Amino acid sequence: MATDLTQARLLTGGEAIVEAMCQIDPDVVPVYPITPQTPIIQGYAKAIADGRAHGEMVNVESEHSAMSAAIAAAVAGARTMTATSSQGLALMAEVVYIAASMRAPVVMTLGNRALSGPINIHCDHSDSMLIRDSGAIQLFAESAQEAYDLTVLAPRLAEHPDVLLPVIVCVDGFTLTHSAEPVELLDGEQVRGFVGEYRIPHPLLDLATPTTQGPFAMPDYYFELRRQQAAAIEGSLAVCAALGEELGELTGRRLAAVEPYRLDGARRALVCLGSTAGTAKDAVDEARDDGEEVGLLRVCSYRPFPAVAVRESLADVDEVIVLDRADSPGGSPPLAVEVAYAAGPVRSHVYGLGGRDLHPADLRGIFAGDAGHYVGLRGGEPCPA
Amino acid sequence: MGGLKAWTELEPGGIVVRDEAVQPRTGGWRTGLRPDADLELCVDCLLCWLYCPDSAVRLDGSAFAGFDLDQCKGCELCAAVCPTGAIEMVRDGD
Repeated sequence: MATDLTQARLLTGGEAIVEAMCQIDPDVVPVYPITPQTPIIQGYAKAIADGRAHGEMVNVESEHSAMSAAIAAAVAGARTMTATSSQGLALMAEVVYIAASMRAPVVMTLGNRALSGPINIHCDHSDSMLIRDSGAIQLFAESAQEAYDLTVLAPRLAEHPDVLLPVIVCVDGFTLTHSAEPVELLDGEQVRGFVGEYRIPHPLLDLATPTTQGPFAMPDYYFELRRQQAAAIEGSLAVCAALGEELGELTGRRLAAVEPYRLDGARRALVCLGSTAGTAKDAVDEARDDGEEVGLLRVCSYRPFPAVAVRESLADVDEVIVLDRADSPGGSPPLAVEVAYAAGPVRSHVYGLGGRDLHPADLRGIFAGDAGHYVGLRGGEPCPA
Repeated sequence: MGGLKAWTELEPGGIVVRDEAVQPRTGGWRTGLRPDADLELCVDCLLCWLYCPDSAVRLDGSAFAGFDLDQCKGCELCAAVCPTGAIEMVRDGD
């Protein structure tokens, strides 16, 4: 369902997330403004200065420390949020794994941007893919509106007793973080009612029940703890679906692991993450007007990957075409591998690295089979067989 | 591998709840000397409790209540910091 423009405010994705943070009002927000950061941290700092937010903002000395402090706060018993981007996430990566393994329900925004080098601050998904296997949940927003909605949903998902994992709301750098669009906000009361009180099974500061958190695990227990972590993220798919419906009743907007768009009767279908889905919907509409039987499947939940929903959504499509905004030099692009594993043979394209634009005409060329494997690249080459 | 738990039986993240954990008795590492307190001289300043790098000083409320030799490594810090000379290191077994 579309945003009600009469109730909407003109906000960038970053500003919309700050509004969600003010409404959630987390207890602790450890941050470090590495370049490139997102505008979220300065927006949240201003909200604290203006008295609209009441969290403890901890200015640490690096993104590595930001996630370390976030873990400590979350397991101590405080609702904790942070934000990062690109190189910041690269530095933080080691600790993201630890957050997942300690089952710390930290909520983080990731402004998706390219990794160096060459140095570049623009959008792609290389940073997300760097922590693909960390065990953290990664949900990709298509719009500023969805960035807001997912941020409101994230604490409930992270803190659910069957989940207890970090949730990363992935927001395309600049395209969503810095671009203004109409965003409809819930009432603060509605958000507070939805997210509820922060509760975890064993807060470290529960002095009546002392605990060791993040223990050493030798070969006799490491494997069991990794399996437990995998079960938690697999199970989070059902929790996320239920929460998406519950929040959808408040917002009137659909929130689900995958979004099929004009897939009925489609012979060829694109699969992508994030804001590119908006461009792709335009391209699909144009192609449909020209009589081409094409459609789109947008994946919102990249981790956990909804393999069954992807397979079922694409079951009647003759050709699946996967768009990756990250490359795997010497290998196959990450989303293409995932979809291929879930759904059978796929055509794959890499696009938009480091902020290179992707236009509806490029997507029409992809449908027509005219595009090289690297779309938008000067000196393109044919798609590998 | 007997006695080890299955993955479905572990706390999230392998959190260890103290009362369910095996309590180690590391006093066996002690190498010959143990602390001995003269309660006539003790003024309950609790410096020994504060400085003990393990948890070998027992308290009764805020009063010194002897040593837990199952935890004591014989490092002698308590004897070194005691301001009244109430703690003396003696040979283990004496």
